[in-house]
Amino acid sequence: MFEFCSNPDALSGLTWLSCYLTTTKHTALYVSFGTVLLLLAITAPVSLLFGFFGAAAARARFLPLRWFGKAYIALVRGIPDIALFLFFVIALDQAVEWTRHKILCPGWTEPIRQGNDFVVCAAAKMPLGTAPQWVHEAYGFSLAVFTFAIVFGAFAANVMFGAMRAVPRAQIETAEAYGMSHRQAFWRVMVPQMWVYALPGLSNLWMILIKATPLLFLLGVEDIVYWARELGGTKTSRFTSYPHGDWRMWYFLGLLVFYLMFTRVSEIFLERLMRRLSHGQATTGGESQRKAAA
Amino acid sequence: MSCWETIQAYGLRSLGIGERLLPREDYNLCQQFTLIGSGLIWNIYFGVLALAAGFFFANALALAKSTRSPWLRKPAEWFIFVFRGSPLFVQFFFGYFLFLSLKGVYPIFSPFTAAWLGALIVLFLNTSAYTAEIFYGALRSIPKGDVEAADAYGFSGYPRFRRIVWPTMLRLAWPAYTNEAIFLFHATTLVFFSGFPAWQQRGDALYYANFFADKTFNPFVPYPILAGYFITLTLIIVSIFGLFNRYLNRHLPQEARRKLKIRMNVIR
Repeated sequence: MFEFCSNPDALSGLTWLSCYLTTTKHTALYVSFGTVLLLLAITAPVSLLFGFFGAAAARARFLPLRWFGKAYIALVRGIPDIALFLFFVIALDQAVEWTRHKILCPGWTEPIRQGNDFVVCAAAKMPLGTAPQWVHEAYGFSLAVFTFAIVFGAFAANVMFGAMRAVPRAQIETAEAYGMSHRQAFWRVMVPQMWVYALPGLSNLWMILIKATPLLFLLGVEDIVYWARELGGTKTSRFTSYPHGDWRMWYFLGLLVFYLMFTRVSEIFLERLMRRLSHGQATTGGESQRKAAA
Repeated sequence: MSCWETIQAYGLRSLGIGERLLPREDYNLCQQFTLIGSGLIWNIYFGVLALAAGFFFANALALAKSTRSPWLRKPAEWFIFVFRGSPLFVQFFFGYFLFLSLKGVYPIFSPFTAAWLGALIVLFLNTSAYTAEIFYGALRSIPKGDVEAADAYGFSGYPRFRRIVWPTMLRLAWPAYTNEAIFLFHATTLVFFSGFPAWQQRGDALYYANFFADKTFNPFVPYPILAGYFITLTLIIVSIFGLFNRYLNRHLPQEARRKLKIRMNVIR
């Protein structure tokens, strides 16, 4: 990176550290912070969407749809989330390969589950055995994202289901009195008003989502936990020009500080958002704002 | 091997009693049920001890956070912030490597690098912080009238705290605390995935479930078994805490007693 880094043995102190922290391996660590942010950026809206439709399904008038929504919400109850994560990653992978197998290799007669093996034809492998490395990584990452979205979608559905019920009944009745249909009342009256009730739960969920990101490591993605373990381990001078002892403790301390700052910043931001959303609402928050202004 | 023999061989496998080798082939349902159930011993061990010890520390922390003196308040606030603001998973890793480094300097720390002590300490500190926040919130929402009535009866200082403030705090905090307890038990599944080694393959329920899923490449059997065990465990916790809840609210008329409403929490 820097010019003076060409001879690491002669360095010491801060210059050594600045060279050490800019090696290609460390760049991978910094990129993996980006992976975490990318995961959050994709998962948050997708699970919000899942949650919205889950909650809407749980309130549906069509009975099987309601059962589906309720079952989806109940999925998260009582089961450790890590188990859900570990389960969904394999289950989704197998579901994809199974479907592709059925479509692409109709002539195949052998069973897919042979004892302890899961065998699909070569054309159904996902991603294909010949695919480049980045495809494998992207596929693994998207499986992880989808898993996160399913699990957090169920949490979000739970929050939004509560929020939809918290919208005062009189509001819907008024909408009906104005001649709106069920659908219109839902989209024009309930949905705009539910957010202020959903926000405390959703902001809690956001914090939890941030704190769940290190679990990416368990899903086989090379994330910050992976790199912190890799880079922190003892390095001898045979393998690197920057030998050091076991520094994993310090790397994880760094991660700890990163997460603390991240959650703190989110907290402050969400507080502001709540204040903005409460404006003009028929809640105690909105009422106290009105009084303060008057 | 009949199922009864399997239970004899593997029922206490997670503690190192019984068959030394884990099953190698033809994994049957009985083996999966037995081993995953055997691993559950660790989950219960971590959960019960961390919860019991954390309860006392959380009380102290909550009180420290609500005092006016900054010498007590600031450390408590920081402690709670650090443990609630960062992922438990990273805390486990950090704790493990911290103990590992300490072990290099002072050999007395070698038991801390084993899960039974090291992970227990991390869980204890973590649940203390979460519980302290719950108790702190409850302390702040004690009805003003209760305290005024205590004053009118001549209570003050420690007797007032012991007889009026503390029981009311527990009463208010109990539903959230039940949630925290359930959640702590779920969090114990992280232990063996976060650096702490499962020595001689003595792991917890998720460790064995993962073992079977890896070996059979079929997640559809071990994980539902695990889920079944945890749902049962959750129900047991809810009913035990429900009994305490009844005890705490025994002065209220039957109708006025608040049913324990469990609002599920998620990952920490």
